[in-house]
Amino acid sequence: MTPHPDTAIAARQSWMAVLARAEANDMAQLLADLPPLPDPVILRGPEVGLVMVRGRIGGGGGPFNLGEMTVTRCTLRAGATVGHASIAGRVPERAILAARIDAGLQDPTLHDSLHTAVIAPLAARQLAARAESAAKAAATRVEFFTLQTMRT
Amino acid sequence: MAYVAVKGGERAIDNAHAWLAADRRGDPAVPDLGLAQIREQLGRAIDRVMAEGSLYDRDLAALAIKQSQGDLIEAAFLLRAYRTTLPRFAHSEPVDTAAMAVRRRVSAVFKDLPGGQVLGPTYDYTHRLLDFTLAAGTAPPAPATAPATGAPMQRVNDFLRHEGLIEPDAPADATPGDITRQPLTFPAPRDVRLQALARGDEGFLLGLGYSTQRGYGGNHPFAGEIRVGEVTVEIEPAELGFAIDIGEITLTECQMVNQFKGSKTQPPQFTRGYGLAFGHAERKTMSMALVDRAMRAEELGEDVTAPAQNVEFVLYHSDNIEGTGFVEHLKLPHYVDFQSELETIRRMRAEADAGKEAAE
Repeated sequence: MTPHPDTAIAARQSWMAVLARAEANDMAQLLADLPPLPDPVILRGPEVGLVMVRGRIGGGGGPFNLGEMTVTRCTLRAGATVGHASIAGRVPERAILAARIDAGLQDPTLHDSLHTAVIAPLAARQLAARAESAAKAAATRVEFFTLQTMRT
Repeated sequence: MAYVAVKGGERAIDNAHAWLAADRRGDPAVPDLGLAQIREQLGRAIDRVMAEGSLYDRDLAALAIKQSQGDLIEAAFLLRAYRTTLPRFAHSEPVDTAAMAVRRRVSAVFKDLPGGQVLGPTYDYTHRLLDFTLAAGTAPPAPATAPATGAPMQRVNDFLRHEGLIEPDAPADATPGDITRQPLTFPAPRDVRLQALARGDEGFLLGLGYSTQRGYGGNHPFAGEIRVGEVTVEIEPAELGFAIDIGEITLTECQMVNQFKGSKTQPPQFTRGYGLAFGHAERKTMSMALVDRAMRAEELGEDVTAPAQNVEFVLYHSDNIEGTGFVEHLKLPHYVDFQSELETIRRMRAEADAGKEAAE
């Protein structure tokens, strides 16, 4: 994703991406060490619906509709801020937790502790999982030897 | 086509479905199959059901496979039915396959392409011998790892494009057609054709793709690139006003590269067929790319002679949910229809006999 020019929005995009990939148990565990988040007032959801996934013709041409995926969204108010989550799958629990954390992160008094205790470790785990997959792929990279090399 | 509703079968139907449920469960002495087992261990079946059901949700696909006793067309049908119960929140930004977290990427045309040939978890080069250690439930060894460069993997067409020898993509941002919302009409533009192919039956597309290789609308294809991996999906919720990343899905992409002798308006060059599908689906996307290219015959000034080049024929018959519906509806009672046909045949027979007697 191209980061939004507004740095506050770009920062929010970045933590929302981390929350979209986080399991409910992991979020709950990391939250356990912090003071409880403000009680939420649910504004919408959590509700399950569809997103039509688009691709591009030839990979880089005009858009086409590839097929749909399930998504769960939730919007809530916690304290003075409104949190939102839209997450792949049918995952109401995860959507509520992610929206609560999103609301907390927008509150300047909660932002730093939440970022350090929840977002940073989740991001690190996700990065490690991606690195592990990339390392497995790298082990299956073909190394070609020319015949000339074989003869000498 | 008409068939009449028949009353009186309710008890038989209920009993048949109860037996089906018991039959599906099989021997109760054998442990019940968990959805997580299907999701984790029957991944290619999950992928196929999601692609043809046109709904990406691995857990729902697992449930559909269990419910249908592994009948994958029935399972895709269940997903198609389920999706109609859900509202559509948004469409995604077009996914960026160049930024894919690639697990597998091979090219049959360039050995030393940037990023290299990455085999990933593949059945290629296996000996297709039954592996009895699987029957014994032996745990596999841990996969090997190696340092990853982290360099982005350029798509092979971007790499070839610099020489101008391959047809470029024409970037555009028009709203694409959607066959889930508007009925298919002809001539069908390429965006609509690709949507239909992406959810089309793998077997049908395989047969058609194969037919192009055997000379029915052939255009000398090379597998320019096949890549499998995860892409992020972004949407822009109206309430936020900016794009957010909602997670990842696994996709397979195939760039088929085809020789093209040129036309009045275009120089000789390589043209391309494109395949993209949910999940790890190489056979599907390769077939899709062959058929996509074949259906571009008219656009490229080639003769339209073969089934795979006939857009109407391909698109009207590629959907296995529609196909199975129409073929299998023949099982339903057609008693009145058939009775009238029977009367017609009897009358024709009587007339033919009468004519013969008169002639003698």
